[in-house]
Amino acid sequence: MSVEKRVLFRSWWLPWALVAPQLAIVCVFFFWPAGQALFQSVLREDAFGTSSEFVGLENFKILFADETYVASFRTTAVFSVLVAAIGLSVSLLLAVMADRVVRGATAYKTLMIWPYAVAPAIAGVLWLFMFAPSIGVVSYALRSAGMDWNHLLNGNHAMTLIVLAAVWKQIAYNFLFFLAGLQSIPKSLVEAAAIDGAGPWRRFWTVQFPLLTPTTFFLLVINIIYVFIDTFAIVDAATSGGPGKDTAILVYKVYHDGFKAMDLGGSAAQSVVLMGILIALTVVQFRYVERRVHY
Amino acid sequence: MVENRPVATALSHLVLVLGVLIVAFPVYITFVASTQTAEQIVQNVPMSLLPGDNFLNSYRFALFGGVTEFGTRVPPAAPMLMVSLVSALTIALGKIAISLLSAFAVVYFRFPGRSLVFWMIFITLMLPVEVRILPTYKVVSDLGLLNTYAGLTVPLIASATATFLFRQFFLTIPDELVEAARIDGAGPMKFFKDVLLPLSATSIAALFVIQFIYGWNQYLWPLLMTTDENMYPVVMGIKRMISGGDAATEWNAVMATAMLAMIPPALVVLLMQKWFVKGLVDSEK
Amino acid sequence: MKIKQLALAISALAALASSPAQAQAPVEIQWWHSMSGQLGEWIGGLAKGFNDSQKTYKVTPVFKGTYPESFAATVAAFRAGNAPHIVQIFEVGTASMMAAKGVIVPVDQVMKTAGIKFDPSVYVPAVAGYYTAPNGQMLSFPFNSSTTVLHYNKDAFKAAGLDPNNAPKTWPEVALAAAKLKASGHKCPFTTAWQSWTQLESFSAWHNVEFATQRNGFTGLNARLNITTPLHVRHIENLANMAQQGLFVYKGRNNAADATFQSGECAMYTGSSAAYGGIKRNLKAEAGIGALPYYPDVPGAPQNTVIGGASLWAISGKKPEEYKAVAAFYQYLSDANVQAKSHQETGYIPITSAAFKITEDSGFYKKNPGTDVSVTQMIRKTTDKSRGIRLGNFVQIRTIIDEELEQVWAGKKSAKDGLEAIKKRGDVELEKFEKANKG
Repeated sequence: MSVEKRVLFRSWWLPWALVAPQLAIVCVFFFWPAGQALFQSVLREDAFGTSSEFVGLENFKILFADETYVASFRTTAVFSVLVAAIGLSVSLLLAVMADRVVRGATAYKTLMIWPYAVAPAIAGVLWLFMFAPSIGVVSYALRSAGMDWNHLLNGNHAMTLIVLAAVWKQIAYNFLFFLAGLQSIPKSLVEAAAIDGAGPWRRFWTVQFPLLTPTTFFLLVINIIYVFIDTFAIVDAATSGGPGKDTAILVYKVYHDGFKAMDLGGSAAQSVVLMGILIALTVVQFRYVERRVHY
Repeated sequence: MVENRPVATALSHLVLVLGVLIVAFPVYITFVASTQTAEQIVQNVPMSLLPGDNFLNSYRFALFGGVTEFGTRVPPAAPMLMVSLVSALTIALGKIAISLLSAFAVVYFRFPGRSLVFWMIFITLMLPVEVRILPTYKVVSDLGLLNTYAGLTVPLIASATATFLFRQFFLTIPDELVEAARIDGAGPMKFFKDVLLPLSATSIAALFVIQFIYGWNQYLWPLLMTTDENMYPVVMGIKRMISGGDAATEWNAVMATAMLAMIPPALVVLLMQKWFVKGLVDSEK
Repeated sequence: MKIKQLALAISALAALASSPAQAQAPVEIQWWHSMSGQLGEWIGGLAKGFNDSQKTYKVTPVFKGTYPESFAATVAAFRAGNAPHIVQIFEVGTASMMAAKGVIVPVDQVMKTAGIKFDPSVYVPAVAGYYTAPNGQMLSFPFNSSTTVLHYNKDAFKAAGLDPNNAPKTWPEVALAAAKLKASGHKCPFTTAWQSWTQLESFSAWHNVEFATQRNGFTGLNARLNITTPLHVRHIENLANMAQQGLFVYKGRNNAADATFQSGECAMYTGSSAAYGGIKRNLKAEAGIGALPYYPDVPGAPQNTVIGGASLWAISGKKPEEYKAVAAFYQYLSDANVQAKSHQETGYIPITSAAFKITEDSGFYKKNPGTDVSVTQMIRKTTDKSRGIRLGNFVQIRTIIDEELEQVWAGKKSAKDGLEAIKKRGDVELEKFEKANKG
C-alpha cells in the first residue's frame, strides 16, 4: 500500500479496536477453515476423511501431468480478458449515458441494476431457455438469421455463451458502481470545464474519467477476481465445461472436483494454484496500475 | 445537463434503451414464463414471447403453495421470503458496518501491520467459497450455530469488497477536511461520524444494494447448514422445485417464485436511488 | 451482539413452536434426500405413511439439494459429527460410500441390530445386486431405481411410414428408422440422454461384456476401464457416423435430452425409464417405450441393463434404538403394496418381485403399455459382468466420458481415439481412488 494520506490521526489502540470485528470474523470463518481446506492439497484422503495420508506434492504432480488441466489455463485467460474488457467498457458507456439523461433516469437505472438480483441458480436456467440449440428463443432467432447455433458441439459458440452470461451479470454490478462514482463528482467541476468551452467528450476525458479512476481501479481488481473465482455457476449451468473441455475454466474444475466428485485433495491443490495466480495478478495491479489512479 | 445538445441526448437515450432491452431481456422471459402453464413452456418450440393467461394461477401457487392437478405440491414462498429478508438485511448492514470501521482504520491511522491487516481482509476474496465450505461447516457446527440466523449470516459478513471500496473512497477525500476537524478539536470518531459518513452516502447506498442482493441470493451455504425447513431461504425453495432428475418441473411456479424473489431487491434498488440523488446534492466538497 | 440475541430468540421461538407436548416421544430419525418437484411429494408421502402406521418411530425427510450437493452435505456433516441417519446417495457414489471405513452400516447389520429377519432373495437380482458385496451382503437399500430404455414418438413414426407399435429392437433397426424419419422431414430422429450410462455402461451389461475389469470393480480396487474393445469401438463409430449424417443429434449432457423429446423435437431417444411421467404429461403426441437396442450378432445379448438412480445408506455412530427405527422404515419400504404404489406413481422399478406381480395382476401394465419394459429388462438372472458398476471416482469418469464423446460427435476425434482417451484419463482416476482407499 504505497498511497499515504498526509494527515493522520494518532492513537495506539483505536485502529485495532476498529479492525477487530472484521479481523475476528475473518480469522474464525476464513483463515481457520481455509487453512484446513488448503492443507488437504498435500493429503490423499477418501471423501469422508477416514483414511488420510500425507503425500507431499503428489497431487500437484498429477494435476500438471494432465494435459487438459494445462489447456484450461489458456481457456481461462481468454475468458477472463473477454469478460473483463467487455464488462467494464459496456457498463462505463451505459453509466455515462445514464448520468447524462434527466428524463426517465430512475427507470433506466432501476431496469439496468435489477438483473443483478436474478439469483445465479435461476440465471443459469434462463440462459438455457434462451440458448438451447433448437428450442431456445435466442438460438431460434439466430437460426432464422442463418446461423446454426449449437453450443453443445461448437466450442466457440459455447465460449460465446458463457462470456455473454458472465458479462451480463457484471454489467449490472459495474454500472451501479460507475454510476455512483460519476454522481459523486461535483457538478461544479464539470460546469467549470464547460464554461471553459470543453465539449462533452473532452469534459469526460479531462474531468470525469480522472476522478473516476479510484472507482475504475476498484472495479478492475474486483472484475478480475470475479471472473476467476465466481463464474463457475454460470459455466456449470450453461455448458458444464463442454463441449469437450472448451469452456472448462480453472475454477470450474475446482468446483467440480471438490464439490461434485469429492476429490478434496485434488481440488485443494487446484485452489492453491488458482489463489497463487490471483494474488500475483492483484499485487501487479496494486503496484503498477494504482500509480495511475488519481486520489 | 450543462448545455442543450439534443442529438447527444437522443443518442444517450437510444444507447440506454438498447442496453436495457438486452440486459433486462432474461427478466422479461422469466415474467412471460410465469404467466404460461408448465406444459406450454415445454411444448412450444420456441417458447412464446407474449404473456400467457396463467398469471393468477402461477402466482397463487407460488405465494401460498398448494397442490397442482398433477399432485405436485408447491411450497409457499411467503415464509421463505421472510428468512431471506432477515438474512439479507443482517448481512448487508453487518458488512457495511464493519467495513466502514476497518477502512477508516486502515486509511486514517498509521499503525504497525496496517498493510498486513488490509491484505488479510482482501485475500478472503481469492478463494472460492466452495473450497472452504466443508471446514467452515465444521466450525459453525462446533459453535452450535446450525439452523440459526447467526450461523446463516455471521460467516458471510466479512467483506473485502466493501472494505476495498471504502478505502478507495476515503483516499479521495481532501486532507483539508481532516485538518479542519482537528483544528476544531474533534477526535477521530467525531470526524468519522460527522464528516466521513455523510460523504460516503453514495458508496454506502451502492454497497447496500449489492450486499443485500448477495445475502438474498444465498443458496449453497443455507443448503449445507440448515435441516429445518423453517430456515430455508427463497432461492433454496426455487431450486427445490426444479426437478433435476426424472419428474416434471412446474416451470411456471418456478418462474413465478423467481419473479417474487426479485421484488424485494428491486425495491431496494428503487429506494437507494434516493440516496444517489442525496449524494449528488451534498457532494460539494 | 444484537444479532446473536436475535438469533437466540428466533431459535427459542422456533423450538417452542415445533416441540410436541407428549409424554412418549417417538424415536426420530433424519432422512436426507435429493428428490425435488413431484418426487419430493412422493418422499413426503412415504414418510407420512410410515409415521402414520405406527407410533414408535418417526422419520423426517429433509431435502438437501441435488445428489452431489447432498453427498457433500453428508461428508461435511459426518466430518463434523452430526450426520443424518439415512442418506439417499446416487448409484455413482456407491464405491465411495463402500470404501470409506466405518462410515456406513450395511443393511443386513441394521436389520440384525433390530432383530428383524431379512431375506435378500425377495429383491429383484439386477436391482439389489448393484448394491450387494461379492459375498452376498447387501450394503445399501435399493430405493429409486430406473433403467435405460428407448422412448419413441409414435406419431412421428406414423408420419415416417414406420409401424408405431413396433419399437426398433436392434441398433441397425434404429439407424434404419432414423433414416426414414429424416427422409420424412424430421430434424432430430435420434438422440440420447445420460450418454455414459446408456451408450457405454448399460450397453456393456446388455451385451454381457465388461465395462471395467475386476467384474466392473466388484472384485477389486485395481479395476481399470475396458471400453476399447472392438464392440465398443464399433458402437461409438456407428453413432458417430449417424451424427455425421444428421441421424443422431447430440442434445447435451445428463438428461438435457428429455426436454427435446417432450417437446416433440426428437423422435427417438435412449434415456431413463423414469422419464415416463414427464413424457406422459408434456408430450402432445403418443409415446412408446421399447427396450434398449442391441446388436443381434453379439452372443449373449440381450442380457440385462444396468440400473440408475439411488439407494439409501445408513450412517454409523447412532444409537441402537435409532437403528431399530431405520430397520422398521426399510421394512415398511419393502412391503409389496408400498412398492407397487411407488412404482406406479413414479415409474421407478419395483425392487421386489412381489411388487411387480401385484402391479401386473392389477392390469396396470395393460393400461399403460410400455411401463413394464424397464422391469422385464431387469428381472433376469445377472452374470458376473452385468450386475452393475462399482468404480471409484465415478463422477469424474462420467465427466471424462462426456467430454471425449462430445469431441467424437463433433467430428474432432475418431471413435477409437475418443475411447482410448477415456480409458487413459479414466484409469488415472481409478488409480487415484485405489491409492486413497488402500490403507
